[in-house]
Amino acid sequence: MSALPDSSRIVITGVGLTAPGGANSLAEFRKRVIAGQSGISTLDLRYMETSPAGVCDFPETKYRKKKENKRGTRAGCISVYCACEALADAGVDFSEYDRARTGVYIGLTEHGTVETENEVYNIKQFDYNVDYWTHHHNPRTVLNNPAGEITMKLGITGPHYSVGAACAAGNAALIQGSQMLRLDEVDFALCGGISECTGSFGIFASFRAQGALAEHADPTRASRPFDRDRNGIVISEGGCVFTLERLDKALARGAKIYGEIVGHAMNSDARDFVLPYGPRQTECMQMALDRAGMSAADISIINTHATGTKQGDIEECRAIRELFANCPETRINNTKSIIGHAMGAAGVLELAANLPSFTDHMVHPTINLDTLDPDCELPGLVAGKAEQLAQVDTILNNSFGMVGINSVVIVKRFVAK
Amino acid sequence: MTRDEIKDVILEIIEDIDEDAEFDGLDADKPLRDQLDLDSMDFLDIVMELRKRYQLQIPEEEYPELATLNSCVNYLEPKLKEA
Repeated sequence: MSALPDSSRIVITGVGLTAPGGANSLAEFRKRVIAGQSGISTLDLRYMETSPAGVCDFPETKYRKKKENKRGTRAGCISVYCACEALADAGVDFSEYDRARTGVYIGLTEHGTVETENEVYNIKQFDYNVDYWTHHHNPRTVLNNPAGEITMKLGITGPHYSVGAACAAGNAALIQGSQMLRLDEVDFALCGGISECTGSFGIFASFRAQGALAEHADPTRASRPFDRDRNGIVISEGGCVFTLERLDKALARGAKIYGEIVGHAMNSDARDFVLPYGPRQTECMQMALDRAGMSAADISIINTHATGTKQGDIEECRAIRELFANCPETRINNTKSIIGHAMGAAGVLELAANLPSFTDHMVHPTINLDTLDPDCELPGLVAGKAEQLAQVDTILNNSFGMVGINSVVIVKRFVAK
Repeated sequence: MTRDEIKDVILEIIEDIDEDAEFDGLDADKPLRDQLDLDSMDFLDIVMELRKRYQLQIPEEEYPELATLNSCVNYLEPKLKEA
């Protein structure tokens, strides 16, 4: 990849995020994941008993008025906060980039579920008379809503859209942004993923019906990927937006560079609505490595997708062992054990959780791993407490989703040449 | 409802839409839209709230009657007489 001209190299130059438990900047988030401090609490949701959940607490009126937040969606509110934070972090005020040449690509697992459930509940109070159905329903539920709310806030007139890719969506949006920069469709990209899933009883109820909703007396211990006693997913809201630029322009303006996107891949299982499939995940990781011009041993950290479901975790571990069996230096961790499953935001939040490894050379731990499931045994799994390495050069970030969608992004510590 | 009560209801609905709305110095004969941060979607919110509270069905061609605070009161007074 380093053989590419700087104008084709894509770098991450800004991060804006909100993670469950009140981490609202990369520095706060990093501190928590290194400490292995769970961001999970509980949520009482309409029709549902109390469930463990990851809920965000960020300054919602830092960038928008209450009225604007009320007009838009929760996803839009999270998106605008993250995008504005990312821009501030990147030091971009659009004197260096044209708003018409800026793209906004936001990954979503789903959208509109929360609004639709709320509106059905609303008209139930009026005996299902649809005269009481809100005129806000369509602008709030169009799939581009969270990305569009960012453009309205920032006056960005370049392209904006959502990338619907189940729980691979965060990575998919990052890939989309990289490609649009390489194609010269845009000069600057805001890419990320958002989850407002904690607002939907249906998402909780559906996972429960599937036998895949985590339960635990202590919510901070409910998300336990790879543990023998894991019993499902902890649903979280959250968001993370990265600013992406071509390296030549980033260097010219003296931007801080978090890392370089050197490889990525997406593929499909083409088999099952919900069950993941390890062999296809292996192929996806291999394809990303090939595109990065790397071999498995070049990877310093694998950030796993594992969500805490029985079969999902086993499939991914099998897929990783297939490629990384002879890579004693590679470390493996899991961020969902700390923040739950942030759905459309998962891929990007989990990448953000690990990006600072390029400078502090720490690997954040997988928590709640009390008794390792023998089927999830992985060499190099970092559990319990953070591990200090001599150097971290590459992060491979896995994100997979329902209906058989796989995504892998490889980010490299930035080296000029 | 009295004219003052109707006026209070309208202002209460607007405050619910925008709790930062500033009513000091509001001219009751000038368009609300020119004086407050309201757009067409907000006016539909007012129409919906009146429907929810008083089962009032305001036809679209009569929406302009809601332009000013006084025109709202004039228009709603006969409709909300018994409310």
